[in-house]
Amino acid sequence: MNVRVFLVAIFWANQALTQGFSGLGTEAEGFAVPDPDYRISFPQDHGPHPDFRIEWWYMTATLQGADGRDYGVQWTLFRSAMAPGDVEGWQSPQVWMGHAAVTSADQHRFAERLARGGIGQAGVVSEPFQAFIDDWRMAGIEEMQLIARGDDFAYDLSLSAQGPLVLQGVEGFSVKSPDGQASHYFSLPFYEVTGTLSLPEGVVEVTGDGWLDREWSSQPLSEDQEGWDWFSLQFDNGARLMGFELRGSETDFTAATWIDADGIATPFEDGDIRATPLQTTAFEGREIPTTWRVELPGRNVDVTVEALNPRAWMGVSFPYWEGPVTVSGSHSGRGYLEMTGY
Amino acid sequence: MLSVTDLTKTYPSTEGPVDVLRAVSLAVNGGESVALTGESGSGKSTLLHLIGGLDRPDSGEIRLMGQEISALGDAARARLRRDRVGLVFQQFNLVPSLTVAQNIALQARLAGRVDTRWIADLTERLGLAGLGARYPEQLSGGQQQRVAIGRTLANRPALILADEPTGNLDEETGDAVLSLMLGLAQTTGAALIMATHSQRLAQRFSRRIHVRRGRLEAA
Amino acid sequence: MPAFLTLLSHWRRHPGQLATLILGLALATALWSGVQAINEEARQSYARAAATLGANGYERLEAPGGGPVRREDYIALRRAGWLVSPVIRGRMDIGGESWRVMGVEPLTAPPDTLPRTNERGEVDPSAFLTGAGQAFVADGTEIDPDRRISLEFIPHPDVAPGLILTDIAVAERMLGQSDPTFLILLPDQPAGLPDLASVTDLVRVQAESGEDLSRLTDSFHLNLTAFGFLSFAVGLFIVHATIGLAFEQRRPVFRTLRAIGLPLSRLITALVVEVTLIALLAGAIGVMLGYLVAAALLPDVAGTLRSLYGAEIAGALAFRPLWAGVGLGIALVGAWLSAAQALWKVARMPLLAAAQPRAWAMASARSMRGQAVAGAALLAVSLATAVFGTGLVMGFLCLGALLLGAALLLPGALSLALRGIAARLHGPLAEWVIADTRQQLPGLSLALMALLLALAANIGVSTMVGSFRLTFLGWLDQRLVSELYVTAADNDEAAEIRAFLAPMTDATLPIAQTETRVEGRPVSVYGIVDHATYRDHWPLLETIPDVWERLSQGAVVLVNEQMARGKGLSLGDPVRLAPDLSLPVGGVYSDYGNPTGQAIVSLDLLERHFAPIDQSRTAVRIDPEQRQTVIAAIEAAFDLPEGAVVDQESVKRASIRVFEQTFRVTGALNILTLGVAGFALLASLMTLSTMRLPQVAPLWALGETRARLARIEVVKTLALVVLTWGVALPVGLALAWVLLAVVNVEAFGWRLPMQVFPRDWLWLLSLSMFSSTLAAGYPALGLLRTPPSQLLKVFSNER
Repeated sequence: MNVRVFLVAIFWANQALTQGFSGLGTEAEGFAVPDPDYRISFPQDHGPHPDFRIEWWYMTATLQGADGRDYGVQWTLFRSAMAPGDVEGWQSPQVWMGHAAVTSADQHRFAERLARGGIGQAGVVSEPFQAFIDDWRMAGIEEMQLIARGDDFAYDLSLSAQGPLVLQGVEGFSVKSPDGQASHYFSLPFYEVTGTLSLPEGVVEVTGDGWLDREWSSQPLSEDQEGWDWFSLQFDNGARLMGFELRGSETDFTAATWIDADGIATPFEDGDIRATPLQTTAFEGREIPTTWRVELPGRNVDVTVEALNPRAWMGVSFPYWEGPVTVSGSHSGRGYLEMTGY
Repeated sequence: MLSVTDLTKTYPSTEGPVDVLRAVSLAVNGGESVALTGESGSGKSTLLHLIGGLDRPDSGEIRLMGQEISALGDAARARLRRDRVGLVFQQFNLVPSLTVAQNIALQARLAGRVDTRWIADLTERLGLAGLGARYPEQLSGGQQQRVAIGRTLANRPALILADEPTGNLDEETGDAVLSLMLGLAQTTGAALIMATHSQRLAQRFSRRIHVRRGRLEAA
Repeated sequence: MPAFLTLLSHWRRHPGQLATLILGLALATALWSGVQAINEEARQSYARAAATLGANGYERLEAPGGGPVRREDYIALRRAGWLVSPVIRGRMDIGGESWRVMGVEPLTAPPDTLPRTNERGEVDPSAFLTGAGQAFVADGTEIDPDRRISLEFIPHPDVAPGLILTDIAVAERMLGQSDPTFLILLPDQPAGLPDLASVTDLVRVQAESGEDLSRLTDSFHLNLTAFGFLSFAVGLFIVHATIGLAFEQRRPVFRTLRAIGLPLSRLITALVVEVTLIALLAGAIGVMLGYLVAAALLPDVAGTLRSLYGAEIAGALAFRPLWAGVGLGIALVGAWLSAAQALWKVARMPLLAAAQPRAWAMASARSMRGQAVAGAALLAVSLATAVFGTGLVMGFLCLGALLLGAALLLPGALSLALRGIAARLHGPLAEWVIADTRQQLPGLSLALMALLLALAANIGVSTMVGSFRLTFLGWLDQRLVSELYVTAADNDEAAEIRAFLAPMTDATLPIAQTETRVEGRPVSVYGIVDHATYRDHWPLLETIPDVWERLSQGAVVLVNEQMARGKGLSLGDPVRLAPDLSLPVGGVYSDYGNPTGQAIVSLDLLERHFAPIDQSRTAVRIDPEQRQTVIAAIEAAFDLPEGAVVDQESVKRASIRVFEQTFRVTGALNILTLGVAGFALLASLMTLSTMRLPQVAPLWALGETRARLARIEVVKTLALVVLTWGVALPVGLALAWVLLAVVNVEAFGWRLPMQVFPRDWLWLLSLSMFSSTLAAGYPALGLLRTPPSQLLKVFSNER
């Protein structure tokens, strides 16, 4: 799953800090709530759901450069509504936020864009699919173009879906706590990626694998949940594993989905997957676990997950850690790790 | 103590330069009292001014206690006056905004050697006791001149230069003031040179010198 | 130290002289530093307005022909990767006051456009971004509730006074404008962007940095500064005179001190220290007084700046140590300047010179001639600058040369006048009086020069203000012809009101208005319908034939005098109001009291070329008798707030109130300057009177009574004052002419016809006669009370 950060209060950082991620656990007044009976359908569910409080289009890609180095790329568009629904013009209650990053073993470059809805500066169109903010773009589903730009980097990638779309949880209804918090959640975890990264050192041709997450909800966290650790792993044998742990003040909540190489998905319940920090990295006064042991006994998975760049810190309006990882142990491969609430 | 040699001074005037003093020489010993007599404009005052360092001679030499003063700068001459010389003027020249007591002590304080007992004694002898808090304008002319003499003597000068000090006083008061001045000069051992046009007063001095057209003549 | 104490003892014996010196210097410092404090406060306000929160401190993109930026242009730039942020800006009247509204877009704006938090940490971002709306205002701001907006106002120290800083969506609702006024161009842009010109035709405009306001208000501050200097100069007359007197009186003391052994250098040092100590004391008092003066005047200055220029300055005065230091410094410099001449004299005084106190500042006939020559030269300079000079600084140079030249000529002129009078008088006493007055003249001349400066300034400024007032009132009568003015909540309601009123009135004229920029300067554009109201009453200064017909055909534009003068426009010159609208000037109208340019086109053109226009106000022509009936009808039919319907009289009253406020500061400074001059006269007479005995005693001995002599003393002073007033009159009128024809045109952009107010002059004459009677009366009373023994002393000794 991608229960990811999104804050209404992004432009008042101190305000956001005092509220923390628990802001996502507040009541969903007036907003639609996820419904287990809802059946996801396309193309409309590629598009936005303005009646829900939060939503995101989240692409991560693990890449190899022609220069022989490993890279990770992130492209995310968040939507947050201050009130349900949308209107045209400045009065729109929708707020959009884009994050983009390029990570290598020794560099982590990122950028952020914010936009108000209703005026055409940012948004998502379901058919033909396009998600955009300013000049950043994610266009097309099966064949996708992905563009972003920051002060010191830019990338232009072509992605091609090699496997099926996967509904997370039960029919795309992903439970997030014992209290019943949930989201609608689906993924496209089988993108093949080619393209270029423009970096201060020069232009780098890259190829690799991409993973798109789509999720929307109105109250994805329960009151006592403070943050999460989320893994999307692509094993060399073609299988995929999505797993997360929501850290609560009392108890933690976990969930996972095993995806076979042919795209058959199997959901796992609370407690089936275990993630144990092995090593931490100090960053801006925080201790962040950048090496993990991840176990899914039901699939004989026992791997060590290690950050390609332990300093993949997203120092945006509301900071979090997001970066590519390498996998070794019972299975080998690569993937992406996201950690919030540290 | 004082030796003046070949002193010459010329002032410009509308009718051309006037030789006020012509090669004047004079020696005065400590404790001596000298009266300079002569007509108005004969050069008495100029001689006093030059000796007091108020003005510079054109040529000649003035030695006061071994020091050649005509060569000194303004500040040094001022210091010499302050420490060694007492000046008494016809116009009294008191500071109107200071009291009698402050006026008497003024020069001694400028010189930085105030002898309180001596000043009290002096004030008593000058007959100014009880007038110390008054201002000059509240005094008679004779009283004002006695304050001026007190100011001079409070500093125990080696040389007193007096320019017609009784000129503004009636005869009786003038005589009294002169007696005081002579007596006090004797008491302190100071030399006194006084310019006066009165032959009668001059009789009371140990030496009399007549000044005529810029030259000295023994009287 | 004894020497220094001896010098100081003089002041203990002459406390009046010391008080005069300190008061004179303190007054001079007070007025000067008071004016500086006001200017400084205003400058700080302008700087705050530009540099604090809000979008003014950034480079921006504007529509090439003025007018708003289309939202599509904004989106095109963002989609091309350019980091720009939209701002909707305008003015809104709330509770009878005009507010600047600035709506920023917090998601894209630079972080320092909005407060991070207020002092109590109570900023709720989601409330700011949506909901009822929140707005930041300057600390201490009070805004009357208004039904058109329901905003929560949050005071914040970094918001400029008069500004409502809010979200762009709130500003859109408040101003009824959805296209941005301009775009902020963020200072840091991503690498590899396409050229700006390939994306948009918007033009880059430099950051505002408060320069617009500074430029507009420069003239006003220069005005204040000129007054400050005038007062300072008048004060220095006092100081110079008093120091000169004190030095003259002490000449014998200086000589005695040197004779008994004080070197000249130490005497000079002691005198400099003395002057410095007195200046520091007086300066400190002056700075405190100056602060009080500034604090008292500041609200009026704020009112003036708001009504004249729309510039907001804080109403409270901050105490700035630097300012106080500069105030002390100017007191020191003033005192040293005033003492320089006296010190120079002491330094050059021969030790053996006659120690008699010479008559104070006894100027010889030769120096009077020298003064007269210098004065005449200055008048020539003044005339030359009036004829050939341009610009505000030249205007003030012209004024300064005029005043100073006249002051320098005064003693000579008075002397001549006295001689002329003497030729007509017979009798020994009269001859003596005239001769004695002429002898007194040099001693009084400095005080009389100060009085001349103050009188001339008073006449000049009141003539200017009076002319302005008469012209303004006449212009108001011309311009405000409609019987009623109705303000609706928005354009739609205004249209309904007009439709409702149409059957019961002679005419309902929409007041349609929008803001644009012409050649980078803000201009208000009004659209009018063709109606006799305008044809018959509009105050046109210059016009082409059939201007109203041509205007209604959309063929010409009318511009106000300010705009015509500012841009050098003549009839027929083209004015580009919008990218697609350029019209020739068909007429120029007077528009007093308005700081900015204004243009009038036909309503039709306005609607076609300017997207959002404010038409919420309506002028209503009715039979004046029907006024109350119509007001009642509107109020019954529409839910209008208080103040939405005003009649002509109220508008006039409000306009006149603004006008009066505008010149209150000038009036106050005027009176203060006159007061200082009166004090200078008093001080001079008092000090002179102490030297009068020798002159008066012989007359008394010859058989005049003291009472009669005292009367003569007063009459002589009055005669001098009346003569001075006679000289001040033409100087003051010349001053008024320069103010009206040179300074006002430069400062405000309009020229006014000069009118004269003889009644004011007479009032001023009687005022100065009254004050000089007081000033001369006290010394005369002293003379009256002088015991004969004192007079006798003159003969018994020479003091």
